[in-house]
Amino acid sequence: MSGHSTYEPKTGIERWLDTRLPIIRFSVDLLDFPTPKNLNYWWTFGGILAVCLVTQIVTGVILAMHYVPNATLAFDSVEHIMRDVNYGWLIRYIHANGASMMFLAVYIHMFRGLYYGSYKAPREVLWLLGMIIYLLMVITAFFGYVLPWGQMSFWGATVITNILGAVPVIGPSITTWLWGGFAVDDPTLNRFFSLHYLLPFVIAGVVVLHIWALHVPGNNNPTGVNVKSEADTVPFHPYYTVKDGFGIGVFLILFAAFVFYNPDGMGHAENFTPANPLVTPQHIVPEWYLLPYYAMLRAVPNKLLGVLTMFGAIGVLFVLPWLDRSKVRSMRYRPTARIFLGLFLIVCLILGWCGAHEPDATVIPGVGAGFVLGDYGINTDVWLSRFGAVCYFLYLIPVMLFLPLFETPLPVPESISTPVLSHPASVPAGATAAPEKKG
Amino acid sequence: MLRKAFAIAAILGFAAAAQASVAATTQATPKDVHWSFEGPFGRFDQEQLQRGYKVYHDVCSSCHAMHLMSYRNLGQPGGPFYDPKYPNPNDNPYVKAIVKDYKVADIDSDTGDVIKRPATAADAFVSPFANEAAARASNGGALPPDLSLIIKAREDGTRYVYSILTGYKAAPAGMTVPANRYYDPYMPGDMTAFWHGGGPVPVGGFIAMPQQLTPNRVTFDDGVAATPEQEAKDVVAFLAWASEPHQSERKQLGFAVMIYLVVFTGLLYASYRRIWRKVAH
Repeated sequence: MSGHSTYEPKTGIERWLDTRLPIIRFSVDLLDFPTPKNLNYWWTFGGILAVCLVTQIVTGVILAMHYVPNATLAFDSVEHIMRDVNYGWLIRYIHANGASMMFLAVYIHMFRGLYYGSYKAPREVLWLLGMIIYLLMVITAFFGYVLPWGQMSFWGATVITNILGAVPVIGPSITTWLWGGFAVDDPTLNRFFSLHYLLPFVIAGVVVLHIWALHVPGNNNPTGVNVKSEADTVPFHPYYTVKDGFGIGVFLILFAAFVFYNPDGMGHAENFTPANPLVTPQHIVPEWYLLPYYAMLRAVPNKLLGVLTMFGAIGVLFVLPWLDRSKVRSMRYRPTARIFLGLFLIVCLILGWCGAHEPDATVIPGVGAGFVLGDYGINTDVWLSRFGAVCYFLYLIPVMLFLPLFETPLPVPESISTPVLSHPASVPAGATAAPEKKG
Repeated sequence: MLRKAFAIAAILGFAAAAQASVAATTQATPKDVHWSFEGPFGRFDQEQLQRGYKVYHDVCSSCHAMHLMSYRNLGQPGGPFYDPKYPNPNDNPYVKAIVKDYKVADIDSDTGDVIKRPATAADAFVSPFANEAAARASNGGALPPDLSLIIKAREDGTRYVYSILTGYKAAPAGMTVPANRYYDPYMPGDMTAFWHGGGPVPVGGFIAMPQQLTPNRVTFDDGVAATPEQEAKDVVAFLAWASEPHQSERKQLGFAVMIYLVVFTGLLYASYRRIWRKVAH
């Protein structure tokens, strides 16, 4: 990939193959890839996500052997998987909880990138490809949630597809085209199933590009400084295969705890009632990983602007590499930026809380809704969502752009091998420190 | 258009009417009851499942279908009548005895006539009504919900169903109860329009099913006293099993998987320490 091949074909067959399809060289180079030696456990989430994707595809392919994408049969076919297919309950629980676990991992992976500045030059394309994967994940997860054809599946699909109706002039036509009819119905279910099966393979393709784009500049690292010499790196295998392996093991324990002991914990009771277009559930809520966007959508009292806000919330992340003006990559050396990122994380969690509750729900209990500002009392979910949405964009645009003008970063180390000189809470250089424990 | 309007209201949450109706729905907190199958090591009590099936069979099944259940399920591992002597539930004498009482609609393969044939263990539970319209017509317009997934389809399903079944109360003075409706504080509802008494509006709602579980409504074969609480507890256990027949198997397998993963992850950690021992990082 970038001219550091250490592979030497030993046998005749290997030499023959190497001049025709150097696949062994390619694999060996991947395994030997020089990787910064100071990556901490936050860097294991890339490997964890790869495991998640493979798990979702394998379980999904098996589920598709038993699932029937038909509005009258889908619900019962899912129950058939749960009841009669050998270990069908296990495969389905892995798949359903696997989606949540994959989003948990991807959010940690993205925040890792935000904290350590992994999106900055020369890794902009790597970040863009990651954002494309994330966007595809959101779409795939949404399609997947519709397939069991319970009440929440149906009404979630209705609410989300109606969003496109907000597009001026052509919106209603697009919605009808997407539905394949005049409401969410059998044709909608069929195409959602088709796309739900297709998109994971598209994701896998973009993941290949993502890894390619990773291997051109190489990994970022907790110090954010570039690799200066071979002393800064170790070969990916066995050093990071084993470290990632340990991270994956810990992650799988959490995953298994959900699958075996709380498999419906992240679902909704409503979805165990078959879809009924004539009965609207009292609370229509998306899965937890989409709640912040849902809160932003509802925060804006104009449908089109609400939709633009929601898509803008994802869209602005695409241009992040060009918004952030700081010369220092890692927030380890940007104490002020670190505080802002912490606040941003809290804002995302608050928005998630807002998305899960009714717009008129009171935020601080016991004091009523407060004085009415515009349409709602000030102490309601909807006003907290508005506050959260404003903070969300304030962080991603003005703070990213202008904070570097005012902040004083800490001294950045010369190289990865000497970070201890300027790392605030560290031991003297030369000591066998274990920075991965400080995370 | 109407549907779309609903959806838009749901998205934006700005319909004042929706706001009011959401705010006024109330129900009493479910009773605090516990079952043997709760928790990571919980198991179904087979005798309780048998009693629960009896309550379903003698009482509930006259109105409530369970279309996801087949008679064979009763004799499968973990089921109420499972017997290790009969690994194939079709051979299970209890299942055979239960099936004997049912006839299912079929087509005579010689004449093409619509006939009723004796049920087999492979048949799904025979539904009490031919279709939804028939079910509604026999129940004052209300549809008795299918019970196959009822425990999973309600928040805190076990306690919710138990509380509904044992929670019927005489309507307090000042409450107008519509015909063929019964007051139950554990049923979600909005009593505002039906309340003419003083003080706060009572919590709960109306249910179309009259109180069913009374003392000795069924006779348990194992001699357990058939109080309404016992009947409710047992039928909820049966319904919880029916909602997820592989629940005990899931927890059992989970225990083995957790042990495996903890050991495996421990080994990975040891390998990690060993491989990295010479790298200053």
